Amino acid sequence: MTSAHPPEGAGSQTSLLLREGGSNTEKTATVVVGARAEQGASTGNGPYRLVLRRLRHNHVALGFGGLFLFILTLCLLAPVYARYVAHVGPNTNDVTGTVRVGGHTENVVSLTGIPIGPTWHARFFLGADQNGRDVAVRLLYGGRTSLEIGFMAAAITIVGGVAIGLVAGFYRGVTDSVLSRALDVIWAYPAVLLGVAIGTSVAVGGGITIGPLDIKGNSLAIPALIIGLVYIPYMAKPIRGQVLALREKEFVDAARCLGCSSWRIVLSEILPNLSSTVIVFAPLIIAGAILLEASLSFLGAGVQPPNASWGTMIQEGLPLLPSSPQLVLAPAVALVLAVLGINVFAEGVRDALDPRARISLGR
Amino acid sequence: MFAISVFTFFIFQVIPNGDPALRLAGQSATPQTIAAIIKTWGFDKPVYVQYLDTMEKIFTGTVVSYSQQVNVLSQIQRGLPATISLALGAGVIWLFWGIVLGASSAVRAGRFTDRLLGVVALVGVSTPTFVVGAVSLYFFAYRVHIFPLSGYVPFFQDPWEWFMHLVLPWFSLSVVYIGFYSRVLRSNMLDALHEDFVRTARAKGLTQRRIWLNHVLRTSLIPVISLWGLDFAAVIGGGAILVEVVFNLDGVGEYAAESIMTLDIPPILVIVMYGAFLVVLVAALVDILYVVLDPRVRLNG
Repeated sequence: MTSAHPPEGAGSQTSLLLREGGSNTEKTATVVVGARAEQGASTGNGPYRLVLRRLRHNHVALGFGGLFLFILTLCLLAPVYARYVAHVGPNTNDVTGTVRVGGHTENVVSLTGIPIGPTWHARFFLGADQNGRDVAVRLLYGGRTSLEIGFMAAAITIVGGVAIGLVAGFYRGVTDSVLSRALDVIWAYPAVLLGVAIGTSVAVGGGITIGPLDIKGNSLAIPALIIGLVYIPYMAKPIRGQVLALREKEFVDAARCLGCSSWRIVLSEILPNLSSTVIVFAPLIIAGAILLEASLSFLGAGVQPPNASWGTMIQEGLPLLPSSPQLVLAPAVALVLAVLGINVFAEGVRDALDPRARISLGR
Repeated sequence: MFAISVFTFFIFQVIPNGDPALRLAGQSATPQTIAAIIKTWGFDKPVYVQYLDTMEKIFTGTVVSYSQQVNVLSQIQRGLPATISLALGAGVIWLFWGIVLGASSAVRAGRFTDRLLGVVALVGVSTPTFVVGAVSLYFFAYRVHIFPLSGYVPFFQDPWEWFMHLVLPWFSLSVVYIGFYSRVLRSNMLDALHEDFVRTARAKGLTQRRIWLNHVLRTSLIPVISLWGLDFAAVIGGGAILVEVVFNLDGVGEYAAESIMTLDIPPILVIVMYGAFLVVLVAALVDILYVVLDPRVRLNG
């Protein structure tokens, strides 16, 4: 029997990892036994069922995960809100317009240049900005932008990080040295500075051309690419370390003895065993990517106007902070809630995958 | 460091489409002025010559920015006092509170205090510095006039004003790091609790207090300190750019942000390069410090 059968291979390896990671051998061992029993009872991918069950009992994590999904859904519904509730688009200027609030008519932007505050009505629910644009509509569209970039960047980071980590860890030697040095170079920059540097450089040139791909300067793919690149070392380093340990394991030796090619070993023996690491890292990287996007956009090196994102909204609202705090507070609250939701959920996932953290410590 | 300098140079040299000379000359430039600009900035030379020229200028401190034709190094030096005061104050705050909160949640692991601190730390980690800055600026400077709005006052001019102007920036910059450090320290301490030397200490009959302070906390602090060194270097090297922009502190980060707005390449190039150099230097220093701090690391293994 080979260990290449995916569900079982992945399963026994998760328990292997658990046993390795646990310095408290006895307690972890019982967990492993539990995992096996579970696997025996149900057919298929046992340990992941256990993880799911543990996660289901963590109501805090689920609640915050739900909060994030709620925000995500709202943002995806942005066009619906804009069309049927607010009746304006995210970039519709209405500086000279008026709106009826509580029976009398008010200017959207007052004569002194101060935009209207929250009306709590369909139109200008959260007020307007200095161009007379609806803050609530922009908030939803901006959230869509921010989250889209977050997910795209995280996908780039995970694919790139896992690929580099696999190659560097598996082939070792010169390949590893070259890749690790390259990662160190990226890692040495403060993340925001590197992102800003590349962002400005791209903005100067008005877009980039990679081979046949020609990406316009205001495309969302540019910030996503930059952020994805900046975070790759944070993903690739732990993966590389884990691959270095995995490639010495018996099942890899066994596969090699059976005459499997390197590709096959990497893809079907080692890759499945990285899944728990990827699962733990993925939400954290999404959260980090959303934060970095906001920072870059705040500095003007991320999403380019007139596209809305939470970062650009905060940047544009900052000069009007004293008179119209909603311009800054609304996107700030949305940003923090979304990221907090992912982070708490991520911690719940980590606890579920690594039961050691759940064991309360007697003193 | 060589690799960093090459990489940074290439970010700015290779990625942008279009001719830098055209951008410098502006829209209504005659071919003669463009030619003159190409000549003076050396855009017509091969890439490696341009690289060597730039590096020579950086090390002799004679880089000149595109837009205002001022010396970049003197601008950075002008911004350093504000950035260093910001970094020092915030660094002390976040290290202190990170240790206090991390240690207290490790001691009460699994209990209510631990959970509460865990949530607080996650909120801290989830809040970008400029959001903390903007929100605290609104509440403590605009609504309640406790702190001045923004700006930087040199220490020797008026120490009290210097302090008051920096309280909010220090706080804003620290929040993220406090959350992060307290979590790192907590998990390190819980790991250290299972180590053999802690069991030995317990077997010797040492008091709980001594075990926690001398054995658990001390070993767990080492990675935290090394992390602190790196983050501190990053902040001085321009990583505090967000806070400096929000509070209008006249520091290195603010200078970088201004250059970004005007798409002025040389200052950004220099600041990014210096920032990365600083991080590498501190990383090397930290490696050396490990040998001193951690009895388990020996160079001749």
